[in-house]
Amino acid sequence: MHPAFSVIFLTTLIGVGQGLFLALFTGQSYSAVELLPSQDSTHFYGIGGFLALLFLIGGLIASVFHLGHPERAWRAATQWRTSWLSREVIALPLLMALVFVYAMMHYFAWDTVLFTSGTGARLQASLVVGTLGVIATFALFLCTGMIYACIKFLQEWASSLTVINYLLLGTASGFFFATAFSAWAAPELMRFYGIWTAIITLAALVTRLASLIRNNRIKHKSSIQSAIGVRHTKIVQKSQGAMGGSYNTREYLHGAPIWMFRSIKWVFLVLVFPVPLALLWLGLAQGSGALLLAGFIVQYIGLLFERWFFFAQANHPQNIYYGAV
Amino acid sequence: MTQLALVIDLNVCVGCSACVTSCKEWNTSGPAGAMSDDNPYGKDPTGTFFNRVQTYEVGSFPMTETVHFPKSCLHCEDAPCVPVCPTGASYKRPEDGIVLVDYDKCIGCKYCSWACPYGAREFDEHEKVMKKCTLCVDRIYDESLPESERKPACVLACPTNARLFGDVHEPESEVSVAIREEGGYPLMPEWGTKPANHYLPRRKTRMHIHEDELVRADNPLKKEERGPSAPVAEPTLDDSTSW
Amino acid sequence: MPSHNPVASDAEARIEVKNTTCYMCACRCGIRVTLRDGEVRYIQGNPDHPLNKGVICAKGASGIMKQYSPARLTKPLRRKPGAERGAAEFEEISWDEAFQIMEERLAHLRKTDPKKFALFTGRDQMQALTGMFAKQFGTPNYAAHGGFCSVNMATGMIYTIGGSFWEFGGPDLDRAKLFIMLGTAEDHHSNPLKIAMSQFKRNGGRFISINPVRTGYSAIADEWVPIRPGTDSALLLALIHQLLKTGLYDRDFLVQYTNAAELVSVDEDSDDFGLFVRTDIPHPKDCFDPQDRVWWDRRQDKAVPARSEGADPFLMGEFTTADGRRVKPAFQLLKERVEKYTPEWAATVTGIPVETIERLAYEMGITARDDKIELPIAWTDVWGKDHDTVTGNPVAFHAMRGLAAHSNGFQTIRALSILMTVLGTIDRPGGFRHKAPFPRPIPPCAKTPNSPDGVKPETPLGGMPLGWPAEPDDLFVDDRGEPVRIDKAFSWEFPLAAHGLMHNAITNAWRQDPYAIDTLLIFMANMAWNSSMNTSEVRKMLNDKDENGEYKIPFLIVADAFESEMVAFADLVLPDTTYLERHDVMSMLDRPISEYDGPVDSVRIPVLPPTGECKPFQEVLIELGSRLKLPAFTREDGSRKYRDYPDFIVNYETEPGSGIGFLAGWRGKGGEKFMKGEPNPNQWEMYEKNNCVFHYELPKSFQYMRNWNRGYLNWAQEHRLTRYAEPINCHIYSEVLMKFRLAAQGKTEGKQPPEHLRKRVETYFDPLPFYYEPLESQLSDKQKYPLNAITQRPMAMYHSWDSQNAWLRQIHAHNHLYMHPSLGEKGGFDDGDWVWVESMWGKVRCMCRFSEAVEPGTVWTWNAIGKAAGAWRLSDDANESRKGFLLNHLISEELPPHADGEHLSNSDPITGQAGWYDVRVRVYKAGDDEPAETSPQFDPMPAVPGTGKTPKWLAYFAGKFARGKNP
Ligand SMILES: Nc1nc2c(c(=O)[nH]1)N[C@H]1C(S)=C(S)[C@@H](COP(=O)(O)OP(=O)(O)OC[C@H]3O[C@@H](n4cnc5c(=O)[nH]c(N)nc54)[C@H](O)[C@@H]3O)O[C@H]1N2
Ligand SMILES: Nc1nc2c(c(=O)[nH]1)N[C@H]1C(S)=C(S)[C@@H](COP(=O)(O)OP(=O)(O)OC[C@H]3O[C@@H](n4cnc5c(=O)[nH]c(N)nc54)[C@H](O)[C@@H]3O)O[C@H]1N2
Ligand code: SF4
Ligand code: SF4
Ligand code: SF4
Ligand code: SF4
Ligand code: SF4
Ligand SMILES: [Mo]
Repeated sequence: MHPAFSVIFLTTLIGVGQGLFLALFTGQSYSAVELLPSQDSTHFYGIGGFLALLFLIGGLIASVFHLGHPERAWRAATQWRTSWLSREVIALPLLMALVFVYAMMHYFAWDTVLFTSGTGARLQASLVVGTLGVIATFALFLCTGMIYACIKFLQEWASSLTVINYLLLGTASGFFFATAFSAWAAPELMRFYGIWTAIITLAALVTRLASLIRNNRIKHKSSIQSAIGVRHTKIVQKSQGAMGGSYNTREYLHGAPIWMFRSIKWVFLVLVFPVPLALLWLGLAQGSGALLLAGFIVQYIGLLFERWFFFAQANHPQNIYYGAV
Repeated sequence: MTQLALVIDLNVCVGCSACVTSCKEWNTSGPAGAMSDDNPYGKDPTGTFFNRVQTYEVGSFPMTETVHFPKSCLHCEDAPCVPVCPTGASYKRPEDGIVLVDYDKCIGCKYCSWACPYGAREFDEHEKVMKKCTLCVDRIYDESLPESERKPACVLACPTNARLFGDVHEPESEVSVAIREEGGYPLMPEWGTKPANHYLPRRKTRMHIHEDELVRADNPLKKEERGPSAPVAEPTLDDSTSW
Repeated sequence: MPSHNPVASDAEARIEVKNTTCYMCACRCGIRVTLRDGEVRYIQGNPDHPLNKGVICAKGASGIMKQYSPARLTKPLRRKPGAERGAAEFEEISWDEAFQIMEERLAHLRKTDPKKFALFTGRDQMQALTGMFAKQFGTPNYAAHGGFCSVNMATGMIYTIGGSFWEFGGPDLDRAKLFIMLGTAEDHHSNPLKIAMSQFKRNGGRFISINPVRTGYSAIADEWVPIRPGTDSALLLALIHQLLKTGLYDRDFLVQYTNAAELVSVDEDSDDFGLFVRTDIPHPKDCFDPQDRVWWDRRQDKAVPARSEGADPFLMGEFTTADGRRVKPAFQLLKERVEKYTPEWAATVTGIPVETIERLAYEMGITARDDKIELPIAWTDVWGKDHDTVTGNPVAFHAMRGLAAHSNGFQTIRALSILMTVLGTIDRPGGFRHKAPFPRPIPPCAKTPNSPDGVKPETPLGGMPLGWPAEPDDLFVDDRGEPVRIDKAFSWEFPLAAHGLMHNAITNAWRQDPYAIDTLLIFMANMAWNSSMNTSEVRKMLNDKDENGEYKIPFLIVADAFESEMVAFADLVLPDTTYLERHDVMSMLDRPISEYDGPVDSVRIPVLPPTGECKPFQEVLIELGSRLKLPAFTREDGSRKYRDYPDFIVNYETEPGSGIGFLAGWRGKGGEKFMKGEPNPNQWEMYEKNNCVFHYELPKSFQYMRNWNRGYLNWAQEHRLTRYAEPINCHIYSEVLMKFRLAAQGKTEGKQPPEHLRKRVETYFDPLPFYYEPLESQLSDKQKYPLNAITQRPMAMYHSWDSQNAWLRQIHAHNHLYMHPSLGEKGGFDDGDWVWVESMWGKVRCMCRFSEAVEPGTVWTWNAIGKAAGAWRLSDDANESRKGFLLNHLISEELPPHADGEHLSNSDPITGQAGWYDVRVRVYKAGDDEPAETSPQFDPMPAVPGTGKTPKWLAYFAGKFARGKNP
């Protein structure tokens, strides 16, 4: 597939937003059961929530560039019965609304305690909203992942690993951001987030490697033989009827030279995993917010490469018909 | 239930591209148009076409087959491009199985084209909507046209009549008979899309020569044999005896 | 519910539907044009047209983009004072000025030396008019494309069977069982051939294609027989060898309908050596082909008048006549000729395995013999014999430029015609069928003047500008045997150059050999690009000046419809209309669209008004003819005879009162006559009402065996299709050719070739077909240039003129050099790499494409896709000029100097047919440091005044909604 920059930014930015929201919610939940010291609602959860929202909005804006007719985007919510894309279109604003409410509640301290348990754990209204947010977040991860995973003949994508990777990579980057953010806003949570970041990043490494291995081993079901219905071991396309190219040659072929395609795999593997982890370790060790932020940025850039590769690696069967470039 | 479709006979298709440009000229000025072209007079001209003809070479010299292969939307019975569309712009008409795009609803997200394994959809870069073969839905029901012309433009154009059009669910239709009797097959059956369009394979006529046929009773060469023309002057019995 | 209406109708728009004839190629299909609010909405095949029966091709369906192309010329232009030719700097002038310039110049030439005006026309369809104009003007220097196109096909067959493929006849695929196609990619009969081929295949016919390349038609062949280019005659002669050896020939047909049994004198020193033995049987005066030959009767074992009642001749053997002359039947000579052409020999020449050659012969022979067709159609032959049936041997052939465009093409096509004859397939069901006005006598009657006296000031030419020589005395040469025509057609260099040698006109004019000309008018030919051999040099010649700074070709007028490469070299540009904007006729006097069942002609009627100041070239000629007061265009009192072209078409008669005009249909005052009859003022309307076609279906009994069909021949004579109603027997042995050979041997009284050409004429004017290597190959270093390079027609492009078409150019934006992968292996390059292809004349850099569908000793490309930068209003970086290439730079218009002469055209030595497909090349990898771009490159041609804007994008939508939709 030809990697569309709008989609690369859309998926990575909302990934950060979703992950960050999960991180905030995790932090607040831990605090609620007093496993962590509680934080300044306005400055940490409030601002943090707005930052998550900003990432989500960034993603939304990026997605608009993907649409031919953004003014009709509302129509995209109509086919939730059959279309994962439609479901994503519903899940994303829903999540944004919940994150917005969550952030407002914290920022303006509209939060109320709904219930305090015997042990002193308090159930705040924001936690209820947050829980709904978490559900929306997971739903959104599922929708985003399924958009790709549900196209069965895009065999590189048609796997639960696609959804898991979206989930883990987004969450890792969000947690990383939360780590860096906490260096400023809540230094005592820094280590907490840092450890979670490391765990999720490592988990993502495992699942992403798993998908790379899987994709390496894929046996494509379609062949030039099944594509044109001629049985012969040697079939070569000589012309595709459009010498200046067509939509089909632009949308489905990454067009990068093979060395670039291969190196981008290594670039993302390095930028998403070891380098950020090293920076994370250093940052945590030195308590340096700057290093942590650098770690997040490196990982985010790595994710841009990862997403590029995710698209580029997907081999659309239609390309069999457009092999003679 | 009706399922209209094209059946394309690779046995006679010579790859002339008449179906390509006749499709464009009909549709560009119709409800499915305009079909835009970029760099029409510049480098790498590229435009929207609903149908293209490709060429494949099968085998090695001298046992090579050159196959011309026209392809447009196959109007799949289980069209994967339809359910994925978030707006409902992509739809399959229940009455005749034609898969269409409603340009007024389409947001140009291109997702449907990702979901088509055949590369049959083309995005119009200027109208910013997804386009594709309409099976000339604006011709085939047009009662202002004579009955014989209520066919897709590409079918009317095709000089070798390699493009048959009809209802593949009607067992006695020309297309169903052709599929049944000439070995019609769908493309990429492995995805269960059940393309309505089918292709007919190459068929060879061979001649077998029996040795007997080389010998003929009335071989005209026999007529060229001249009887022995006896030289009168040379000696015979007449010269040596008189009995 | 969907809101976009997929079946929205045109209800509010103004719709008009008009019939006319397509001219996106020379096939001339009937089309129906739908206009919406005056713009072209849809061009479809006319279902009621006999030629295309409703189908259309890729080009025809792209007429819209031709009509509205920005490359269209819309104003008369004059080269800017001081601007160099070729720089394409022009200023607009009015038609009045244009006519004044031409009138002045041409009037002067006509008064002084009419041959200084030369008129050459390319792929047009109005040779009857242009030829007539030239004749009226008095210049011999006229030709159309035939010489660089397929004159070998026309002459090779017409001199053998009195008709030809090309546009004059074809394979009867309705009834054939076996169809063999040689060297054809697309041909003129584009749609009809496709219609027929698919029906043929579906009916279970067996289709064999003999071609170095497998694309297009060959792709759907049941068997592809790859052959080395230029070797078809070896194959054909071996097939004849095998058929003769096994007796798989149609003896009865040969005896009665050909000269196979006629006796040829074989005594070297007799006066009539090599000629047919003749008796003094009385024959009618004014007879074209006296039936005075002799057979050797088997029963009486003596010579008898050919075809005498009850006679049964020997086809083989040697006999001595009563007067002691040694004679042999022509067939015996053929048998002796093909003796050495064994399948084993042919295999080494053609690269086709022996078994395949033998099998092909058997398939043909057995199908012809065992699948005989007998139709219950009674007919009478010219000798008065009644036949209850028409029989046929269902083996059909078709061939085109793969045979014709070699310098051995004439003899190859003779061999093919003889093969078809031996199988007994001439104008019979399932075989070859003629189309009116063919068959014609062998050779046809039209002749050029035969001396320079035919060219006189203020006088029409004393003969036709083009014709069919029957003997040396028909040649158009002066006392020294030197050519009178600028292209040297009908001279000893190219005696049977029935279509001229347009490909040498520019070189000869530039070299002033045989003389200098003044004005060259080029109509519808792109001679600065794809119809010139040696294109780069020809472009220089067009620009070359003498010591005085005058152009060697002083004045160049170009009548074109588009900004072609040729336009750049014009001094005066005449903008023509498109086919949708003009009247036109596909006339019986030229190349009509006749069917096997009878004559058909057709017209074009404008569906749109002319764009800008475009003027149909026909109108230009009528206007010029009137201004110059050429007799045919002028009344006795000197006034103008015809208002305009439509008026001319209706009222012109070949001779006063002849009743023969350009159109055969609806003649006579009320349209009641056809072929011949007084002018009918309503003729155009009657054509319009009838789909623009006149189709006369002959009675069934006149539809077959027309060479010998008394009914048909009388009908044709009565309707003035032909002067003679005599049998047209097939020439197995060509006495016509023999007469030229005898002249070259100094054995005749009449005209004799100049010394240096004696050997050449003697060699190639062989009365029986023989194999020789194409001339250029003979003179090439085949070690150095091991490969043959050829071109093919792409189905979706017409010559050079479709690159301005926004839709078609997407299908062929540039071309590759196709070759077998083994060449890459040897040369160390890969599929898609830039390579040099080099001949002894030059080299071209291009991209290669590997293919398994090409004979490994051959490289090929699509013809005329490559363009000069800036031409056709394409951007300077367009694919056509940067990636596309033209093979013509590698092909010379002249042979290297050799024993026969210095500046001999690279053409068939008999007909002057351009030897496009003879060039030998080598291929090697381009340097890594070289630009990834075609070479040679030319300075980009600027847009000329009157051409249109080239938008960045385009979304064509016809009619009043257009405003909203177009950019
Ligand atoms: N679409 C389209 N149609 C056209 C034209 C066009 O430009 N475009 N041009 C028109 C004109 S002017 C003409 S003259 C006709 C020409 O019609 P064709 O003669 O059909 O055209 P060519 O492309 O010259 O085809 C030559 C064929 O001969 C093969 N060939 C070359 N050398 C040999 C050989 O030595 N032996 C054999 N057996 N085969 C050989 C080539 O591979 C090729 O397939 O087409 C007409 N029709
Ligand atoms: N290498 C190679 N070269 C070849 C051949 C080959 O096989 N190989 N084939 C040869 C053959 S067979 C032929 S016939 C020639 C053809 O060669 P040409 O006759 O030169 O054909 P075109 O290149 O199409 O040029 C025709 C010109 O007519 C113009 N034109 C188009 N429509 C109109 C119109 O309506 N009115 C006027 N006035 N002009 C118009 C076009 O713009 C173009 O400039 O090419 C020959 N060249
Ligand atoms: S029009 Fe017919 S013959 Fe030509 S490419 Fe299309 S299907 Fe094939
Ligand atoms: S061919 Fe593609 S676009 Fe057409 S119905 Fe099938 S999946 Fe949809
Ligand atoms: S591009 Fe249009 S038709 Fe396709 S999925 Fe998107 S909205 Fe639907
Ligand atoms: S059916 Fe109509 S829209 Fe589809 S390919 Fe044919 S002409 Fe084009
Ligand atoms: S074959 Fe030639 S005349 Fe016929 S439709 Fe095509 S371009 Fe027109
Ligand atoms: Mo030609």
